[in-house]
This record gives sequence, structure tokens and C-alpha cells, in this order.
Amino acid sequence: MADTPILALEGLSKRYRRDRPPIFENLRLALGRGDYVAVMGESGVGKSTLLNLLSGLDRPDAGHVLLDGVDITRLDDDAATRLRRRAVGFVFQAFHVLPYLSVAGNVALPLDLLGVTGPQRAQRTADMLAAVGLADAAGRLARELSGGEVQRVAIARALVHRPRLVLADEPTGNLDPRNAAQILGLLRDQVKAHAGAGLLITHSRAAAETADRILVLEADGLHPPAGGR
Amino acid sequence: MKRLEAYLSRHAQTLIGSLGRLARQPFATFLTMAVVAAALALPLLLDVVLVNARAATLGWNQAFDLSVYLDKKTGEDRRQALVRDLQARPDVAAVRLITADQALAAFRAASGFGKALDALTDNPLPDTLIVTPSLAASTPEGTAALRAAIAALPNVETAQLDTDWVKRLLAILEVLRRVVQVSAALLGAAVVLVVGNTIRLDVASRRAEIEVMKLVGATDGFARRPFLYGGLWYGLGGGLLALAVVGLATHLLAAPVARLAIAYGSPFRLQGLGLRPAGEALLLAVAASWLGSWLAATHHIRAIDPT
Ligand SMILES: Nc1ncnc2c1ncn2[C@@H]1O[C@H](COP(=O)(O)OP(=O)(O)OP(=O)(O)O)[C@@H](O)[C@H]1O
Ligand SMILES: [Mg+2]
Repeated sequence: MADTPILALEGLSKRYRRDRPPIFENLRLALGRGDYVAVMGESGVGKSTLLNLLSGLDRPDAGHVLLDGVDITRLDDDAATRLRRRAVGFVFQAFHVLPYLSVAGNVALPLDLLGVTGPQRAQRTADMLAAVGLADAAGRLARELSGGEVQRVAIARALVHRPRLVLADEPTGNLDPRNAAQILGLLRDQVKAHAGAGLLITHSRAAAETADRILVLEADGLHPPAGGR
Repeated sequence: MKRLEAYLSRHAQTLIGSLGRLARQPFATFLTMAVVAAALALPLLLDVVLVNARAATLGWNQAFDLSVYLDKKTGEDRRQALVRDLQARPDVAAVRLITADQALAAFRAASGFGKALDALTDNPLPDTLIVTPSLAASTPEGTAALRAAIAALPNVETAQLDTDWVKRLLAILEVLRRVVQVSAALLGAAVVLVVGNTIRLDVASRRAEIEVMKLVGATDGFARRPFLYGGLWYGLGGGLLALAVVGLATHLLAAPVARLAIAYGSPFRLQGLGLRPAGEALLLAVAASWLGSWLAATHHIRAIDPT
């Protein structure tokens, strides 16, 4: 059991409506320590849906999602939520940053949920803010930030509790290439530094290439891209 | 130990945080608390009335006298002998004789029928003994036994223990007690609904925030906590407000009631709400309010799907 994958998908299928074909069927994937994968795919193919299944926010119609060997699809809602807050860092496509909370408050949310308090909370939050270049913005309200800055807050929040699995849904969509590269580098470093696994969803080939490998999501599975690599 | 400390400090933070949130909307908060207070003040005031009415009748009951009517053949010697015998009884505190002549004179003075009464050739009123039971005998059983003993004496026509009106009053008070209970239950349910509705609106207005908390890993229970504390505050605030209203009302009534009692020579004074009923009312307010917030928050937070 020494090399239980951090994330394993087994025959994962999802459909939203009975009268429609499934979004995807029979997905398989295994990510071990330090694995960092990019998933590309057409808009509407189900990339965000896939991340929701991986994080236990939604349930598949068939198949299993194992996080560190624990099948999150078999847990009840509360247990799945607890597993998600401990083991998963999620950068949402729509950010989901709280506008009336300070930047530091937003970033510290996962620590608050995990009961990390006092100097440890302050230190981790400050370190993370510095890492995403927002050290000077800690006290500002999130609603005052630019789109790119909000994105950095979302990324800092996903990493602050050093999760085993980092899921990022288009984390650099709003950033200029220079900032995008910096953020992608940070994501990659964090995954590697804490020997976790990462899954990056992106439309950008350049962004995808910061990962170790690229997969393309299609209705019948996750495939290597046609152009090689 | 560390975990427990962290857990408690998180609860304390949520508790203070929810209070701060209420303080930032003073008008809406006060309105909810006022509705809770109004719902509670009504049964509390009824209860005060009830407790005082009971205390008052208890006094009357103990000071209750027997009216003993003697027959027409009773002579002066026999009357005095009866008074002596009755006074010697251990279950009798005092005996007062009102002769037929005294009774008639009193009636004449009180009624103003002076001339008309002169037309009577015969005094129709009987001699009457007013017998006050001793304190020890001033129980329903004691007075009943005393009445039976006196009724059996020669020359006694009737011995009357006129408790009918007291019984009627006690029956009314019993009905009132039920009214208090039923209205307390109904108004308690109203508190549950009012606070539940307020919390429902609170949840709706913070929907986006709850979605994010759920996404980041808050369980429903965690997201619910500030709303439960909010309900706690509504109950506590409303309960204290209700107690203040009842306190003020009894304070304002105390002086006029005392004047009235003095005018009737009664030692009766208005009692305020006791410490115990006040505590129970506060507990009920907090419990009903907490239940309302629990029901509303649980239902409406569960219904929020963050994806
Ligand atoms: N809750 C839902 N109920 C019904 N259909 C849904 C739901 N969520 C997503 N869908 C549908 O499922 C499909 C996949 O959606 P998803 O958001 O996963 O796509 P995506 O690959 O992330 O697209 P994009 O690249 O534009 O973000 C879409 O056709 C979408 O309309
Ligand atoms: Mg998407």
C-alpha cells in the first residue's frame, strides 16, 4: 500500500438528464505523489463537472473516486465535505471569493474551517499572500480587487492549507501572459513542494504545458492529445 | 486540550460575530425581538394576574367564617351558653353574637327602609353567631367538620359555610390557568415561526456566502452555526424585553392595587413576576427561538446547492 495513488478514478460516468447521453463515461485516471496533469477539452465537454465529482461536490452515476484510497462517492455529504476541506484545494472557475471579506480573511477560510488558529493561521496566510504577490493587499476587501487579483486570492485560498490534491479550473483565464506564467509556476511548485497531486483545467496550450502531462477530455474518456506529448 | 480550546474559541467567535451582525441591523433586530417579546409578555401578564388572584383568594379562604343561624325558640341563656361552648372548642378562634334586633337595626341603617320596617310586627331575622375557625382548622376539611358539628347542636337551625362563590372563583382561576398554558403554547409556536421566518430571510440574504463556505469545505452544520446563535440572541433579547414590559406593568399597577386593598382593609399587595417563572419564561423564549432558527437554518441551508 506504499504507493496508494493520491487520486484514482475508476470507471467514472456522469449524466445530468436521463433523456440525454451521458456527459462522459468510464473515465480512468491515477495521480501519484508529485503528479501534475493538465486536462483540456472543448467548452461544455464536462471539465468542471469532472472536478465537481473529484471533490465530492457532485456524485457520479457510476464509478468511484478514491482520494488517498478513500472512496469519496461512498461518503455521506458531511463526510465528503470534511474530506474535501482537508485533502483538496480547489480554484473555481467562477472564483467564489467573498466580496465583503478581506483578502486575508478569504485566504484563511480553509484554515478557519480546519480549526487552524493563532500564529499558525497568521503565518500561513501571510506566506501564501506573499507567494501570490498580494502581501500589501491583505487588509483590503475582496470586492475592491481587479479580476486578476481576485484570481490570485482564489489560488492562495486553494493552497493555504497544503492540500494533497489541487484542482484548478481555468485559474489563469483573467491574467496577462506574464502573470499567468507566474501563477502557473506557483501552482506547480506547490504541488511538487508538498508531494501532492495537481489537476489543471485550461483552454490554453501554453498553460497546459506547465504540467507534466496533458490529457484531453472527451465523452468516452481521457486521452493523450492528438498532437503528441 | 488544544483542540477543545480551539473548538471553544471558534464557537465564541461565531457567537460574538452573530451578535455583531445583529447590532449592524439594529432596527430589524429590534423588530424581531419586539415581536418575540409581545408574544411572551401576554401569557406572562396573565400569569401575574393568576398568581395574584390565587394569593388573594387564599387569604379569603383562611379568614373564612361560619354563619350559624339559631331558631326562634332560643332564649337569652341558651344563646350565651352556645357562645361559651363554641368558644371553648379548640377548632374555634372567635365567636360573635349578632342578635336579631342588632341585625334588624343594622339593616335599617344600611337600607334606608326605616319606616317600611316599622310596619313589621315581628322581627323576621334570626339570631346569628359568626364563628371564626382557628388557624389550624382553616382548611376545607377542618371547616367542613366544624360546620357539621355545629349543625348538630340543639337550637341551631343552619350552619352555613358559604364557600360557593369561592369555589366558583377558583373554577374561574383554573380556567384562566388553562388559558395561560394554551396561550403560552400558541405564542411559543408563534415565536418559533417568527424567528424561523427571520432566519429564513437571513439565510437567503447570505446565500452567496453560504455557497462559498460550502464549496471551500463547510459542512451544513458549520454554515448553520451563526444562524443558531442569531436565534439564541433573538430569544434572549425578546425574553428580556418581555420581562421588562411585565416588570414595568406590575410596577405601575402596584400602587393603585395597594390603595384599593387598603380601602378594603386587606393586607393584600400585588406580587411581581417571581424569579422562577421569569427564568422559565426566558428559557422558553430562548428554546423556542433556537428551535425556530434551527428548523429554518437546517432546511434552507440544506437546500443550497453550491455547484
Ligand atoms: N447542474 C447541471 N445540470 C444540468 N446540466 C449541467 C449542469 N452543470 C453542467 N451541465 C451541463 O453539462 C455540460 C458540461 O458542463 P461543464 O460545466 O462541466 O463544462 P466545461 O467543460 O467545464 O465547460 P467550460 O470549458 O465552458 O467551462 C454542459 O453541457 C452543461 O450545460
Ligand atoms: Mg468549466
